[in-house]
Amino acid sequence: MIDLSINGERHSVDVPEDMPLLWVLRDVLGLTGTKFGCGVTQCGACTVHVDGQAIRSCVTPASTVVGSEVVTIEGVGATDPGGRVQAAWLEHQVVQCGYCQSGQIMSASALLAANPAPDDAAIDEAMSGNICRCGTYPRIRAAIKTAAKA
Amino acid sequence: MGDSLAFATRAAAAASPTSASRPANLRLTRRGLLGTGLTIAFALSPLGRKVWAQGGEQPSLRAIEGQVEGGDTGDAFQGFAPGGFVRIDPAGKISLLIPNIEMGQGIHTAEAMLIAEELEVGLDQVTVLPAPPDEALYKQPLLQSQTTGGSTSIRSTWVPLREAGAAARTMLIQAAAQRWGLDPAELLAARGVVSTPDGARSATYAELVEDAAKLPIPTDVPLKDPARFTLIGTPAPRVEGREKTDGTAVFGIDVRVDGMRIATVSACPIFGGKLGSVDEAAARAVPGVRDVVKLDNAVAVTGDHYWAARQGVDALSIQWQEGPNAGLDTDALFADLKAASETGKPILAKEEGQAQAAFDAAPKKVEAVYQLPFLAHATMEPINCLVHVREGECEIWCGTQVPTAAQASAAKILNLPPEKVILHNQLIGGGFGRRLEADYVAQAVEIARQVDYPVKVVWSREEDFAHDLYRPAYYDRIAAGLGEDGMPLAWIDHVTGGSVLGSYLPTGLPDGTLDSDAVEGAAEPPYGFPALLVDWVRKDPPVPVSWWRGVGPTHNIFVVESFMDEVALAAGKDPVEYRTALLARNLRAAGVLKLAADKAGWDPAAAKVAGEGRGVALHLSFGSYIAVILDVAVTPEGAVQLKRAVAAVDCGHVVNPDTIRAQVEGGLLFGLSAALYNGITVENGRVVQTSFDEYGQLRMNESIPVEVHIVPSTEEPGGMGETATVSAAPALGNAIFAATGKRLRSLPFVPQLSAGS
Repeated sequence: MIDLSINGERHSVDVPEDMPLLWVLRDVLGLTGTKFGCGVTQCGACTVHVDGQAIRSCVTPASTVVGSEVVTIEGVGATDPGGRVQAAWLEHQVVQCGYCQSGQIMSASALLAANPAPDDAAIDEAMSGNICRCGTYPRIRAAIKTAAKA
Repeated sequence: MGDSLAFATRAAAAASPTSASRPANLRLTRRGLLGTGLTIAFALSPLGRKVWAQGGEQPSLRAIEGQVEGGDTGDAFQGFAPGGFVRIDPAGKISLLIPNIEMGQGIHTAEAMLIAEELEVGLDQVTVLPAPPDEALYKQPLLQSQTTGGSTSIRSTWVPLREAGAAARTMLIQAAAQRWGLDPAELLAARGVVSTPDGARSATYAELVEDAAKLPIPTDVPLKDPARFTLIGTPAPRVEGREKTDGTAVFGIDVRVDGMRIATVSACPIFGGKLGSVDEAAARAVPGVRDVVKLDNAVAVTGDHYWAARQGVDALSIQWQEGPNAGLDTDALFADLKAASETGKPILAKEEGQAQAAFDAAPKKVEAVYQLPFLAHATMEPINCLVHVREGECEIWCGTQVPTAAQASAAKILNLPPEKVILHNQLIGGGFGRRLEADYVAQAVEIARQVDYPVKVVWSREEDFAHDLYRPAYYDRIAAGLGEDGMPLAWIDHVTGGSVLGSYLPTGLPDGTLDSDAVEGAAEPPYGFPALLVDWVRKDPPVPVSWWRGVGPTHNIFVVESFMDEVALAAGKDPVEYRTALLARNLRAAGVLKLAADKAGWDPAAAKVAGEGRGVALHLSFGSYIAVILDVAVTPEGAVQLKRAVAAVDCGHVVNPDTIRAQVEGGLLFGLSAALYNGITVENGRVVQTSFDEYGQLRMNESIPVEVHIVPSTEEPGGMGETATVSAAPALGNAIFAATGKRLRSLPFVPQLSAGS
């Protein structure tokens, strides 16, 4: 059994040691807000927070986050930057298909937690690992700046 | 307008697409009574009359039951249901069944706005649901099927959905008038309440449902004067925006049902190849693996979760029967296209004047060859489909642009009547045309029929790239003959490529028949040419092909608008001034070009900055006019930096200006991503690109804001989901030429620039 803390709740899951956190979240715990996009860290759709850091859950074995606090899109609204980021996302009407947006919001929330007033270069650095095929990048940038001021 | 709608669907089979002048009028037919709920047919198409409540089995409505809290659209619904689009239950809950599927384009919001405007309710008062598969109720007139594609949604529903809302409102007002002994003309409806003007009497829609359901159907439902619109034309927030920011939105890949297993697949990587043999012992030994399922051309492994299924597939040892395409490569495919272009028999698409004679006699001639690559859709949500095959029926959960075609495909495989296939359509995590195909539904059904539990098939990203149906490659020869004044005397465009329509239609497209998609954007230029010749040589590749965002225009406008700049250069004219001179009889096109040029500060006399350039593209596609002006810088190493993008749009009546802006912003960036980086190549019969690193994507660090200017208009609405994508490659190619002097006539651009060509 692997003991995990996700969004402040304890879970014990009986899964292989090497099973990526992404599939534990989605297929074992039913937390489907975290998305599968590529499985190889190229798109960022699977981004979650582990002890406040944005990580790609598709390649992170669940066994390696035992003892850490995992936060997903389902829980990030309860955190300080996360709630502001979600509000800014709505204010700017960022989403289109929406599939990548969980990962975008998780990356943006981790950015603002570490850097409350990021400039464009910092936004580029933090967000360029998250692909949006719908091309919502300009609104994501604007929403991050709004959330930073909030 | 000559809006050739180059699009049709499997469900439409041989039906020919109609032009987009005006959607068919609403048809109201009283067909029966069920309990307290009056039910009438209220369809998008004159052919679409349907009895959907005569007291018997209603599979199309049952399809939604259980997917929605309270099941208020299911068989058990008792309330006011005037047609297929509006349902109001006795508690006052208003559900709008939206005929087109939401895949990012904002259609659930826009179509809900059309109904709500006339129903006199706010978007905050309604629940939006995807319509179930039902051709009779939801066939739309432009595509003659229940399909979301070709930027046809608003063009098809602009009148019928408003009429649906107006009819329901009229009946609710009538019910109140009867109750109060007043003239209905004296009563008002607003925010779901009918009242007298002085407010002395009022009743909520909930209070009127039972009486309204007993009323005769209005034979005439006049629509609001657009000047009185309070919702249409406003930047309403997306109805599904919140759930897409808090993780609760359910896409097809997110659906979970009791007893479900997850499967993933390895299909033969060579086009047309088959399964030979497979050693499945190692896969079966993987913890969590349940079954190994063999298909004609693939092997699937099911498991307790994707990880087990993934490891199971990876552990398989598969021998493929590679078939005749095992030696196929991209160079040979383009050589075939070139040969077909030069020696094949063209099919005439458009001929005005004596174009060839005028060209031959012209004092100045310009000629060029343009090539476009195969493209993958690469939707963010990988292909997936959840299927439960049971005795005598089948249940499917997936996102599809063609719910009835998907349903029919499953029914055929299982030898079931279509109504025994219950399909729950889901939010789509990016369509771009990919989910106009039902191949993945068929594959999932083939897998699910071999197991006794619900199985959700999820493709890897690598499988998604390897088994897409690709935008075809093209090889086009284009020429213009110019007069002494530099203006065109003749314009000749010889298009060569595969037929998407021929691949898509179940009946195929007979040889010698024009595929209007192949020439869409070439055959009806906005410009006034004294003589025009457009033809097409069909050369179907041994590569599966399908619709891709922007369809025909994405291909043809790149050629036309790039070449227009070449011709202007040959004439010694400024690109905007040259185009404007050809638009004397096309004021809407001239209007967006001028607006974009003004907003961008287009100045032919501006000083040239080394390595920087500005490009323009103009077109009419899907009933909308758009001009885009793009500024770029190109480094000596060949890196392209986007600097500024300005778009001017005339799409007729605006339903939701914010989603129009979003479609222009995102659609342009989507097209720029493709123009910069994307091309699917083939080696040994296999697709080379396996993931996003090899199929490069525009990312945050490269993206720029897009300035969008919308022309106020009361013309019929045009489509907006694809038009900015069409603009991207020609505007970018023209800007790169302005920056570098290099005319790039094939896509994508970056490999050519970085190669130092």
